Amino acid sequence: MRREWIYALLLLLPAMVLLMGFTHIPAVETVISSFFSTPTGRRPARFVGIENYRYLLEDNVFIRSAINNVIYSAITIPASIILALIMALFVHNRMKGLSFLRMAYFTPTVLPMIAVGNIWLFFYTPSFGLIDQIRSLFGFAAQNWLGNTDSVLFTVIVVAVWKNAGFFMIFYLAALQTIPVQLREAASLEGAGRWTFFRRVTLPLIMPTTLFIMVNAIINSVRLIDHIFIMTLGGPANASRLLLFHIYEVAFEYWDTASASAMTVVILFVLSLLAIGQFFWLDRKVHYK
Amino acid sequence: MASKFLKSATVAALLSAVSMPALAVDLQFYFPVSVGGKAADTIQALTEEYVKNHDDVKIDAIYAGSYTDALTKAITASRGGKAPQLSVLLSTDMYTLIDQDLIEPFDDFVSEEEGKEWFGSFYPAFMLNSQTGGKTYGIPFQRSTPVMYWNKEAFKEAGLDPEKAPATWEEMVEYGHKLTKKDDNGNVTQWGLRIPLDGFPYWLFQGLSTPAGAILANAEGNETDFDNPKVVEALEFLVKMAKEEKIMEEGVTAWSATPKAFFEREAAMIWTTTGNLTNIRTNAPFDFGVGFLPKHERYGAPTGGGNFVLFKDASEEQKAAAVDFVKWMSEPEQAAVWSIATGYVAPSPAAWETEAMKAYAKEVPQAAVARDQLEYAVAELSTYDNQKVTNFLNDAIHAALAGEKSPADALAEAQKKADRVLKNYR
Amino acid sequence: MTAQDYTFAARLDRWLMTLGAWLLAILWILPLLYAVWTAFHPSAYETHFTLTAPLTLANFPKAWAQAPFARYFLNTMIMVFMTLSVQLVLSTFAAYAFARLRFPGKNILFTLVLLQLMVTPDILLVKNYETMSMLGLVDSILAIGLPYFASGFCIFLLRQTFMTIPKELDDAARIEGEGLLGTLWRVYIPLAKPTYLAFGLVSVSAHWNDFLWPLIVTNSVETRPLTVGLSVFSMTESGVEWSVINAATLMTSGPLLVGFLLFQRQFVQSFMRAGIK
Repeated sequence: MRREWIYALLLLLPAMVLLMGFTHIPAVETVISSFFSTPTGRRPARFVGIENYRYLLEDNVFIRSAINNVIYSAITIPASIILALIMALFVHNRMKGLSFLRMAYFTPTVLPMIAVGNIWLFFYTPSFGLIDQIRSLFGFAAQNWLGNTDSVLFTVIVVAVWKNAGFFMIFYLAALQTIPVQLREAASLEGAGRWTFFRRVTLPLIMPTTLFIMVNAIINSVRLIDHIFIMTLGGPANASRLLLFHIYEVAFEYWDTASASAMTVVILFVLSLLAIGQFFWLDRKVHYK
Repeated sequence: MASKFLKSATVAALLSAVSMPALAVDLQFYFPVSVGGKAADTIQALTEEYVKNHDDVKIDAIYAGSYTDALTKAITASRGGKAPQLSVLLSTDMYTLIDQDLIEPFDDFVSEEEGKEWFGSFYPAFMLNSQTGGKTYGIPFQRSTPVMYWNKEAFKEAGLDPEKAPATWEEMVEYGHKLTKKDDNGNVTQWGLRIPLDGFPYWLFQGLSTPAGAILANAEGNETDFDNPKVVEALEFLVKMAKEEKIMEEGVTAWSATPKAFFEREAAMIWTTTGNLTNIRTNAPFDFGVGFLPKHERYGAPTGGGNFVLFKDASEEQKAAAVDFVKWMSEPEQAAVWSIATGYVAPSPAAWETEAMKAYAKEVPQAAVARDQLEYAVAELSTYDNQKVTNFLNDAIHAALAGEKSPADALAEAQKKADRVLKNYR
Repeated sequence: MTAQDYTFAARLDRWLMTLGAWLLAILWILPLLYAVWTAFHPSAYETHFTLTAPLTLANFPKAWAQAPFARYFLNTMIMVFMTLSVQLVLSTFAAYAFARLRFPGKNILFTLVLLQLMVTPDILLVKNYETMSMLGLVDSILAIGLPYFASGFCIFLLRQTFMTIPKELDDAARIEGEGLLGTLWRVYIPLAKPTYLAFGLVSVSAHWNDFLWPLIVTNSVETRPLTVGLSVFSMTESGVEWSVINAATLMTSGPLLVGFLLFQRQFVQSFMRAGIK
């Protein structure tokens, strides 16, 4: 028995050291730092209790970022999942021009977000940007998509959905392929329409995949903020500011590491809840293999 | 045998390429490139020229990105113990760098006489963001002011004198009306005016608040005056131009797309940095003019751009070498080369007297406009905790433009927040 | 319903679906098409889509000259392949331990691994940056990859795969005198090839396109990857020349894009393999 333990230790050591070093330990450190003030060149950090959190509640830029992120996640996650499923169905059902379809849907995944931002910046530019050019064919006026606080959050949502849907499509494709063809045939023999089949058979069978994708979508809606750098820089008036972008600015432009830590803890808290939920769910799936 | 050696040598080489930080040379010099590719080449060329004539110094000019990037890089490098010895950074970063204990004044490296001469050789407007507490922390290098460009063809079409720019706020609105064109559906095809306020609205806004007669912050960097009635007047005027007079597009317009909008005739008058002159000269499909920002109570504009700063964390030899390099770069000949290549304003009167500069000014009279405007220029907004405080103003400007708050309310809030932060520095 | 109605309805249905699929595809590929258009036309035609516009290759050398893309390419490739190699090695060991060995605390440790799927290193950017600073690794290529070397996702996938390998093969290897490592090498790794490939593709494309963490941890040309180089290049004060930026974009995503176009089916198959739960 003991020898097995030693082997396990050796095999696991490198991976666990790195994992702990860059995920778990920093997470704990962040929580601890959030209770101290920011150390500057002249003053070391002092314990301030929940002062940083209280400041967060008064910081309307943080509140705005949090609200923006909630709206952003609430729309990008279902939208990209539903689109991914639709795309998967199109590809799975072998529509004409399969290769082209698959390539078109998947291409956003291989483009870096930073590059994507520039292209969409052009699309959204008023008057001579692509979207306005098309709209002017129908007589619509130019719109300042990126410059209006009402519309800017949706512009970045569109970009995120565009980027993510193709990637999620692949997972659905895999899942769809595992559905036995006989089921389909049996169903049509029984007179079940396509929609009924979809609802009663397909959807439940791909549920685990949906869950997996959802987890990915949640994480992406928090960590994929590259397009903000190019398209809006969080503006105007913080209408498109997302949490991680705000943390970046607070930590690396204002140099206020204490506030940044407190904000990170908020994100960590929400994500941990979701992670634990995921573990229990997935574990059940894994075990009935 | 040989193949094994080769393999391990390759591994060793790869490992060292991978874990070794950026090559350490005698002097590291971070510079932001803000006006397109040719600028980077010119800096490299100038640096190489200096190094050629000074055997004892090696200078690695490192391209650091935007101004914000360069500041972030310089500070993170310093915190990581690998500060550069010098850098060109935004003049407004001065207080932040002092507070973080990162830079040294140039005074310590020159005699008092020399110092007076050197520092006094620059246009006073540029020294406003470069000196504090009686010491000089920045040497002007790539400086600019915002100016107004106008489309002469569009002026002619609108029945205006193409050689005459609007000189006052009222005139600007009047011209704006004549220049704003609509198509048959009532949609605007050409806006009279475009003041892009996305990334750093406070800068062009100073082009309104200064003519209104207000100064936004004090010289010590610890107090702001955002809620001054004249500032409110400036912001109200800005909002009025978009919402009521309708000579400007509503909402916030993009800085980066502004020259393009100008070329596409989407805007007949634009406000942007003089640093865009070369770009506009090269690409504008029509004759254009460059003029002062219109006056209200007075003429006025902020200065902008970057200074050389000297980092503390360096050996005495390095600092001395760095100062010498900066001195050389700020000499009239080099300043002229830099200014001509990029469109930045040569920061010293002596530079304008060089043959090269005189010839350039003759060929491109628009370049001298920014220089002439210096007489009326004021310091760019700069305080301790600069990014945070500036963002308070930025948010206020955006909120007012978006109609979310009234200008007075937005500015009052910005002032309150700024006060809270700057209290600690008084 | 007569037989003809049925076929007609079905055909119309299919036709509509095809139309829908194509519209969606065209919409989806529009950005890439635009990038290609502007990269191959002069800057005056960035916003005018006249079919007779002159083609040009000049944007590419222009973009190439304006930033040290060759170095950025090298940095990115070193970073991506280094990260992948270490990921594969470390994850193989860890996955094997989780899949086949028994030891105390196994479940807790595995939960910790799974946590990393949600809490990725780039969310903890402030602390991780400080760690790099402490290790003296700021502004090195190693620093870009290090937080990702232990990949929860890879460990998870490999553990799945390993658990499906029949124990008889283990026994057979033991009979032949193989120790633990030998069994790994001769039995498990070959059988998990599809998973390795799948993960490899996921990892390469994820890290090729990674932006925020490299932005923070690199300062200079010698270490910057393509994504950061592209952002530095495209955020200038004097306005955007889209034709040049898009030429740069095509150059930087070129390898991945071309790789994907050529190996579309394999690419997709691999991703699908990775996704099979």
